[in-house]
Amino acid sequence: MTDLILTPNINRADDFYAELLAIHEGLSKDDSDALNARLILILANHIGDRDVLSQAVHAAALTD
Amino acid sequence: MNKIFEVPLYPYEHSPDQDAAAPVRHPVVIIGAGPIGLGMGIDLAQQGVKVVILDDNDKVSFGSRAICFAKRPLEILDRLGCGQAMVDKGVEWDVGKVFFDDREVYKFELQPEQGHERPAFINLQQYYFEEYLVNRVRELEAGGAPIEIRGGSKVTAIGTHPDHATLEIDTPDGSYNIEADWLVACDGAGSPTRQMLGLDFVGRVFEDNFLIADVIMEADFPSERWFWFDPPFNRGQSALLHKQPDGVWRIDLQLGWDIDKEEEKKPENVIPRLKAMLGDDVEFELEWVSIYTFQCRRMEKFRHGRVLFAGDAAHQVSPFGARGANSGLQDTDNLGWKLKLVIEGKAGEHLLDSYDIERIHGADENILNSTRSTDFITPKSEMSRLLRDSVLDLAEHYEFARPLVNSGRLSVPCTYDGSPLNSADALDGPMRTRPGSSCPDAPLGDEFLLRKLGNKFTLLTIDADAPDSIEEDGVTVERLALSVKDDRTGALKDRYLGHAPSAVYLIRPDQHVAARRPSFDESLFRAAIRRATGKE
Repeated sequence: MTDLILTPNINRADDFYAELLAIHEGLSKDDSDALNARLILILANHIGDRDVLSQAVHAAALTD
Repeated sequence: MNKIFEVPLYPYEHSPDQDAAAPVRHPVVIIGAGPIGLGMGIDLAQQGVKVVILDDNDKVSFGSRAICFAKRPLEILDRLGCGQAMVDKGVEWDVGKVFFDDREVYKFELQPEQGHERPAFINLQQYYFEEYLVNRVRELEAGGAPIEIRGGSKVTAIGTHPDHATLEIDTPDGSYNIEADWLVACDGAGSPTRQMLGLDFVGRVFEDNFLIADVIMEADFPSERWFWFDPPFNRGQSALLHKQPDGVWRIDLQLGWDIDKEEEKKPENVIPRLKAMLGDDVEFELEWVSIYTFQCRRMEKFRHGRVLFAGDAAHQVSPFGARGANSGLQDTDNLGWKLKLVIEGKAGEHLLDSYDIERIHGADENILNSTRSTDFITPKSEMSRLLRDSVLDLAEHYEFARPLVNSGRLSVPCTYDGSPLNSADALDGPMRTRPGSSCPDAPLGDEFLLRKLGNKFTLLTIDADAPDSIEEDGVTVERLALSVKDDRTGALKDRYLGHAPSAVYLIRPDQHVAARRPSFDESLFRAAIRRATGKE
């Protein structure tokens, strides 16, 4: 089973974060929410691995 | 137009049972002459088990109702001797379109797996389906098979006893009583039998209404399935357009729960909706309108002593995925051979408990699938709606999101994993034919495999030796010897061997796999037969 990566893994992390903020700029709350939802689905499809996705879903819940 | 559903096909006739001094005892009585009751009766009668089917009505179902019949039920109907009539009349579609809001999101083509005699599904009005089953009953009767339909016969009271049930039947000539060694209730979602016995119908409940309209199009209209999510003409709900035989189109409009049914059914309310859906320039005639209510739930147990429940009487699902009539027919497929063995004294009553286990497994799978479709079609929270809408928006642009769109997952046969009738899998073979699976079809020259299986236990050997027949405690198993040399398309190897060079399968009378091994071993197969008949 592949483990979900929960250590730093993004190149130029500040650039990514700025890009994420920029794409939401000027959007209404509803449009931003929809964009986030689409982004989740696109990333999930890219990952594909069901085990990794399950780990991610649980990690995001912050229940541990 | 004179419709088959307006003609009494099994009008009330006086039965000699009504004049008997004491209640007449029958081996099997079936309540309900719908698709499931008729299928059950045919299955038993063609194997020589005497059956009486009771129905308070005398006609096939009114309006189109269940319209989509999947491959597995068609294969069961072949075994019942009436699959061809259904397939000849039914229509198929291979292009589907998905709409969201006011736009077409994507279009798809169905590409069913090759090498099966029957298509993935057909669309056929329930009244034709029932008519062909009644025709088959008449054919069996003419050939001397012990089957009888008593129309205009309403069961008003049921008594349960350890070795039989008693029935009080109301008729135009007054009431009479009969007894049944076994009673099979196929009397639909509102099952009066279930109510008379005071039994539960539990589970997660969704409440929804559908407006169903049969429409005759006056001009050419494409043979496609169109599904709408949240369309302008039915805000917040779904809509479906499906083709049926005779130029009739079926339209399903989801209405939600809090509606005024009588108002919604009025043509002045229906027609504008249909015009908005089909376009103003499409001429059509409204043939039939009804409102259909469903819930998703099932009985805790399908067997209650001598009373067995099948079809909607036992479990009810949403219409998405066509899992109602399709799963009901699979109930009777599972029950028929078991009941026959028990009645003939070749297996103990205990075998019928496996009906409960296997078909509850099937019902739960159907409820799960139909619940997921319902959750996609009718989101229950703000976030679930946001995710649903995002899937649809993405599906318009990217292929990856299309498999997430869930407007119903077509009924596929359930695999009885973990059934007490299965022997441990001893073949390094394909997953799809592991013990518990329903046998996939495969071409054998000009014929098909499934035509050679069913109604009895079969020992299917592929490039393996075995005796021509074995008898184990009253149960006879006959061999069907095949070789990959005759497998021109490679489907047999692909579906039954995988990497294994040879295989021996024990196949049940309902065409499900009970056991498989790379070669024949007498004591192990005898044990597998005992296990498959509830004796181990």
